[in-house]
Amino acid sequence: MLKYGIPLVLAVVLGVFLTIGLNRDPRYVPSPLIGKPAPEFTLPSLQDASYPVSSKELLGQPWVLNVWGTWCGGCRQEHDTLLMIARQRTVPIVGLNWKDDNAAAQRWLQQLGNPYAVVAEDREGRTAIDWGVYGAPETFLIGPDGTVLYKHIAPMTMEVWNTEFLPRIEASRAARGSQS
Amino acid sequence: MGKIFRAVVLAGLLAWGGHALAIDTEAAFDDPVLQHRYESINRELRCLVCQNQTIADSNATLAQDLRREVREMIAAGKTDDEIRDFMIERYGDFVLYRPRMTAQNFLLWAAPALLLLIAAVVLVRVVRHRAQESDIEPADGPEAGQP
Repeated sequence: MLKYGIPLVLAVVLGVFLTIGLNRDPRYVPSPLIGKPAPEFTLPSLQDASYPVSSKELLGQPWVLNVWGTWCGGCRQEHDTLLMIARQRTVPIVGLNWKDDNAAAQRWLQQLGNPYAVVAEDREGRTAIDWGVYGAPETFLIGPDGTVLYKHIAPMTMEVWNTEFLPRIEASRAARGSQS
Repeated sequence: MGKIFRAVVLAGLLAWGGHALAIDTEAAFDDPVLQHRYESINRELRCLVCQNQTIADSNATLAQDLRREVREMIAAGKTDDEIRDFMIERYGDFVLYRPRMTAQNFLLWAAPALLLLIAAVVLVRVVRHRAQESDIEPADGPEAGQP
């Protein structure tokens, strides 16, 4: 019994590990920023270079940072979803326009609609590196205390918004409320 | 005529192909020591857009940007460890091609030694078992335990 039992158990354990491994998406790299203070940035606004967009001004409320560019196919794909989310007016969506052409980005927002409360222009990609961005679109949720609560890597969908973002937004507001 | 034409086309293609292969060939530093550090750090960092390539091998925009960060940090006098930590803080351990030992991956590091230990224990037990068997049943003769 033991003679066959041990190899069988080993094979099953190995099989379970391999199955889990095969079903994981290697393109998904977990962010080390979750639970840590969001990297600060002050960047020019996309529409008006003289107007600075600063992450500090957003403290005290939950907010969303969406990394996009006109060169990014997935960003076009999620754009309508972002517009729907913006219409709910739950939290401000801040855009981080990543290594893009200013005129092309402004045209994009005029033609497709603008879901963003404000858009910061990261022409050199330094803020994106601070946030550990590696492939747009990426969407971060930041809590009222300025910690990163969640990161979604892929085009945003209503399902992801409803299951991953909304509960965390409500929880962060409740935690904030009980403190004060 | 045909031969010359072919030679010219071939030479042109070769010249063009070399250009396509050249990634980050321009020296970032005049100082050969700094240049060596720059190249060796780049060869240890993963390009996360084009996984399974280092940022030294890739011409993706992110790889270019990360090389720029490395170059600037070396110029600012940061140590190799500080540069690695900068990358890990942002992209996690996955950015390293030579992983560190951490609490989470300790089992992975220890696995070869553990497996060797288990194999040794099994081997010793099997050998002892066979030795005992042949003591008890000498009648089987030298062929005992053989197929």
